[in-house]
Amino acid sequence: MNLHGSLKSQHRIYKVAALPIACLLAFLLHTPDGMTWLGAGVLGFALASIGELISLPAWYSCRIAPVQRTQVWRLLATHAMAAQILTLLWLGAGRLIARALAFIPALQGIDARFDQRAALIYAAGCVFYLLAVSFHYVTLAQDAAREFETRAMETSIQARDAELKALKAQINPHFLFNSLNSISALTSIDPARARDMCVLLGDFLRLTLGLGEKNLVRFSEELDLLQKYMAIEKVRFGARLTMHEEIQEESKACLLPPLLLQPLVENAVKHGIAGLPEGGDVRLAVQRQNGRLAILVENSWDPEAPPRRSGGLGLKNVQQRLEARYGKDASLRVNTEGELFQVSLSLPAESEEKP
Amino acid sequence: MSPSQNKRWKALIVDDEELARHVIREFLQSHAEIDVAAECANGMEAVKAVAEHKPNLIFLDVQMPKLTGFDVLELIGTEVPVIFVTAYDQYAMRAFDVHAVDYLLKPIGRERFDAALERAKTRLGEKLPPGHELAATARPPQQFLERLVVKDGTKVTLIPVAKLDYAEAQDDYVALATQGKKHLKQQTIAGLEAGLDPNCFVRIHRSYIVNLERVVRIEPYGKDSRLAILTDGTRLPVSRAGYARLKALLDERK
Repeated sequence: MNLHGSLKSQHRIYKVAALPIACLLAFLLHTPDGMTWLGAGVLGFALASIGELISLPAWYSCRIAPVQRTQVWRLLATHAMAAQILTLLWLGAGRLIARALAFIPALQGIDARFDQRAALIYAAGCVFYLLAVSFHYVTLAQDAAREFETRAMETSIQARDAELKALKAQINPHFLFNSLNSISALTSIDPARARDMCVLLGDFLRLTLGLGEKNLVRFSEELDLLQKYMAIEKVRFGARLTMHEEIQEESKACLLPPLLLQPLVENAVKHGIAGLPEGGDVRLAVQRQNGRLAILVENSWDPEAPPRRSGGLGLKNVQQRLEARYGKDASLRVNTEGELFQVSLSLPAESEEKP
Repeated sequence: MSPSQNKRWKALIVDDEELARHVIREFLQSHAEIDVAAECANGMEAVKAVAEHKPNLIFLDVQMPKLTGFDVLELIGTEVPVIFVTAYDQYAMRAFDVHAVDYLLKPIGRERFDAALERAKTRLGEKLPPGHELAATARPPQQFLERLVVKDGTKVTLIPVAKLDYAEAQDDYVALATQGKKHLKQQTIAGLEAGLDPNCFVRIHRSYIVNLERVVRIEPYGKDSRLAILTDGTRLPVSRAGYARLKALLDERK
């Protein structure tokens, strides 16, 4: 915690409070009998100007005796003792000033008057101390609350960052195992295709790792990755898997979080096409319109397919990432119309600024 | 050397991916004693092919459309040794639990493949528990059935549990009543009960399990017994213990 800064702000607050305190002291000195307004005023201002003798050390005594974690008797003892010492110090300093002022002709005898009022001034000092203490306790509590809030926010930001990193690093191992098995089959059937598949897989992995490190990517880059992914899955599923793209040219320059669409397309294959004996079609439609980017991933599926345990997790992650990046300005909708499973995203269309 | 090693084997390869089937077919080429009787691209075909070819070894993929490998096992029983093939090691673990002869993880290596084959040969003839019991073991704990698979000849029917009205014990079988039809399945009623969500299905009688959603009212019937009237008018006997279970569940729901 920034101790120095906090003390500085206390000092500033005291400067503001000094004027009313000076007036109050002048009033107290003048009222009962006889000290001239001039004398009372000068003395009041003098005492107020050294008031920090009380208020600033009070801040330390508050810190060494935090109100929630100190026993009541210790709290009382600490502050009673601090009040005594500080007020006496303040009184002593005030007295020296009064002595000095007495040399001024207009203020002759002010030291004697001061001594007469010593008890009153002492009492006022104790009251100031108590006011200062309560003020400090309130600000300390506020500081603690603020610090707690900041820390909570930092933790949640860190957690989100971690989640995103994990998400970006995530390459479905089963996709790899199945692809490797396909390559293994191709080595004897069609070695050239096996090599192509190795290259595709290598490209896909490199793109995934590369994109994952960025905060935003152009849609064209993500599309490249999706096409590689689909090419690999097409080798695996053969004629069972087809893909249709309807990509508007303007949409390709739009920026979006990396690997946002990959899990959607992967889901379409894994939970959609893989569950159909005859296979089916995955459709990707993307367009930019009225400042928004609209993305549709649609696939045929078997509504009665045996549920798979990881279902829904990918969608949830995409939703969380959209929320983290765009808040309420982006949406994800799922529509299951008979034998079609549709996921539509809508997000603000951002483009790279021209250098 | 066991005598079974001298005979010819008929194997079935079940996988929805052509390339995955190819790997197994290729590995089998060096085992002259094994003929590939058929290749199937999904579970339905597999159930049919088992009835038709009576194979004595099955390579069975776990994740397939419509019927999973575990569903197939439940339907065909365990007279035939099964080697599960999967890319998912958690399924492999479950395959082991269901006393599958062995499992192979994709991508499959030849040495591992040959070892699994040896194991299958030595384990032929071992008595294994019935298929539906194995399938129950294969189900992850704390997870209830979402659907029932029934085989009538070679015709396979899938019944989502929500569409099951009630089940009735009939000797070694249970009759599953759904939408006015009854399907016979080789399973004990206790075995079925164990797989169903106890918050939705109640054993109201020694021989009956009912879907709570279908019960309209309970009527007294003779001394100590009652009848449950279902939405379609079916009347099922309710035993005293069954009534207590039913009542406890209904009270809980209030």
